[in-house]
Amino acid sequence: MENKRVIIAGVGGQGILLASDLLSDALMKAGFDVKKSEVHGMSQRGGDVVSHIVFGEKVYSPLISFNEADVILAFEKIESLRNIDFLKDDGIMIINSTSILPLPVAAGLMDYPEDPIGEVKKFVKNTYVVDAEKIAKELGNRKVMNVVLLGFLAKNLKDIEKRYWEESLKERLPEKIFEVNLQAFNRGYNLE
Amino acid sequence: MKELLSGNEAVARGAFEAGVHFASAYPGTPSTEILENVAKYKEIHSQWSVNEKTALETAIGASFGGMRAIVAMKHVGLNVAADPLFSVGYIGAKGGLVIVTADDPGMHSSQNEQDNRNYARAAKIPMLEPSDSQEAKDFTKIAFTISEEFDTPVLLRLTTRISHSKSIVQFNDREVVPIKGYEKDIRKNLILPAHARLLHKKVEERFKKLKELSNDFKYNFIEYKDKKVGIITSGISYQYAKEAMPDASFLKISLSWPLPEELIREFAKNVQVIYIVEENDPFLETEIKAMGIDVVGKELIPEVGELNPYIVKVSLGVIQPYTPKQIETKATPRPPALCPGCPHTSVFYAINKNKLIATGDIGCYTLGALPPLSAMDTCVDMGASITNALGLEYALKKAGDNRKIVAVIGDSTFYHSGVTGIIDMIYNGSKGTVIILDNSITAMTGHQDNPGTGRTLMGDEAPIVDIENLVRGLGVKHVKVVDTYNLEEVMQTVKEESERDELSVIIARRPCMLLPEMKKKKFDKYEVDETKCTGCQMCVKIGCPAISFDKNKKKANINYDLCVGCSLCYQVCKFDAIKKV
Repeated sequence: MENKRVIIAGVGGQGILLASDLLSDALMKAGFDVKKSEVHGMSQRGGDVVSHIVFGEKVYSPLISFNEADVILAFEKIESLRNIDFLKDDGIMIINSTSILPLPVAAGLMDYPEDPIGEVKKFVKNTYVVDAEKIAKELGNRKVMNVVLLGFLAKNLKDIEKRYWEESLKERLPEKIFEVNLQAFNRGYNLE
Repeated sequence: MKELLSGNEAVARGAFEAGVHFASAYPGTPSTEILENVAKYKEIHSQWSVNEKTALETAIGASFGGMRAIVAMKHVGLNVAADPLFSVGYIGAKGGLVIVTADDPGMHSSQNEQDNRNYARAAKIPMLEPSDSQEAKDFTKIAFTISEEFDTPVLLRLTTRISHSKSIVQFNDREVVPIKGYEKDIRKNLILPAHARLLHKKVEERFKKLKELSNDFKYNFIEYKDKKVGIITSGISYQYAKEAMPDASFLKISLSWPLPEELIREFAKNVQVIYIVEENDPFLETEIKAMGIDVVGKELIPEVGELNPYIVKVSLGVIQPYTPKQIETKATPRPPALCPGCPHTSVFYAINKNKLIATGDIGCYTLGALPPLSAMDTCVDMGASITNALGLEYALKKAGDNRKIVAVIGDSTFYHSGVTGIIDMIYNGSKGTVIILDNSITAMTGHQDNPGTGRTLMGDEAPIVDIENLVRGLGVKHVKVVDTYNLEEVMQTVKEESERDELSVIIARRPCMLLPEMKKKKFDKYEVDETKCTGCQMCVKIGCPAISFDKNKKKANINYDLCVGCSLCYQVCKFDAIKKV
């Protein structure tokens, strides 16, 4: 197979790095060569966070170029716009319907884009919108939003058997929050 | 066993497997996680030092005692440690000594993108450049072997993409390495001019032997494919170039100082055109051109910024530049900001309101420079806030300019290299004001302990070096400690002390809100009473990410989830429009 490329993008504090770790673990368990790149430092202070994951038989670069990503998983609407140039023409864009106001918007200096999802849809046929925040609230733990989204990604990736996902959740998460995360994963996985 | 590790985690694993006894560092992105992960191996004594110079000197001490020692820092940290670096280049290493430098091409979290490969050349010490996590682990181990065999410190050079990208690493067991013990040897360890003259000769002899090693080194290797194009590359650039031109012939350089000259000449004979793919400086290019070999490098590959496969492909003419969809421009920028409830906010608010000149320093608080606080004028390097203020004070005085200056520095940065600056101020008769933002942690790099926290890297209790007593002991007569959540006290103290005609220090103290013990505390959140809000936006001006302003309604709003109850907005509101939830 050709190498596949996934971008997970969002805002500091949304659990991007954990989600990309869980994905990478599952890919390794499924027998792929995997490389993952992430941003640290300044971005932890409310900035945008992005993680690139490349997998296949043999991976060289951990970074993804323009027009290369098979899937982009955007945890926040603006972040789908920010990363759109990395998506292949026939790639899949998954957008979490959450808005997090950038500071210039909160301070009234700039505007939040009018219809980011509509803009993306003009270019990307395979755009899916998920209200992961609502599902996470229903499960009683808003922090599992990232794993809901990961579940939906898992369904769309098709490359990894479900048991590998479960194993990686089990290994990486503390026992007391494993069950709710597994539920979150399944809710995402079973979304239409 | 295999695991996905970041380059930093892999270096830590390599140190463990190499039987390392001692590790030291000062935190700095992208190097911080190296020591955090080394500290997980209880077999290794690990410590945070107050700066990179003391970290390296301490590691040299451990090496004098026959221990295998590793020291890690970010690229600019090696500038601080450059003095001992050059000396230990002469002295060598009884116990293996490996110095890890994590460079930051693209300046993700740094003030410059200096290329530390130049240090290997300048200090005449060998350097290894891994290109993924497996190599990061393997090269750490090899570095110790080289260090002891050739009696030299070894530089292990990472870059952000090596440090912070993860790839699969195969694990091995820890090698049991005995501690060689200390023996007095002043002709080697005490570099008087008389000793150093002899040692310099030895360094040049050592360099010749290292050149031979580089030619035979198995990780410096040639992969012949299409011989029309040959690529010479090292580090992460190897991965990008492989992706850009998978069918070209490659010379991958891993021991990149000294360079494998014979191997390079052999490669040059067998390929038609040579491209050098390297980030930042033309380091390989300059050296290879000096060998009289014709290569193409920086004419095509940019010197500025981080490389990636796209840039390499476009530069080498493999693909045409991509035309952006032009909707990404609609993505509102998301600049980093001081967190909700950040204990530094009120100080910057006071600096702004008093229209003070603020010489700044390096840490989260550098973000105080951004609007709406806009309360910082300069940032040069660790500790520079204080000494910049001293020089500027003199310049303003001579020019008859009576504006007031404050130096703003964090607790960890103060321990790092602010103390010497204060001594300079006292000695040279400064009448300035230093504000030490004491949030009781090294916050920017992700909460590392420091001499003010009472804990060591290994989790043991440690004595606290009390900043107040320290500055008083040095001779500062006016020292005030303020709680930064008390805005009136902060405003008044900053005004008084900046106007005072004598040297003063304000310790603006409150722990970082992101510390686990602070997160556990119960607090009252605040909300806006819309019937009273006049839309004056005073609360917006404190720059809290939890506060937004609705332009249509002309009312402020506080995000319930983000509010941590610091009450600064409540304190600035003149209309009682902010109240506890």
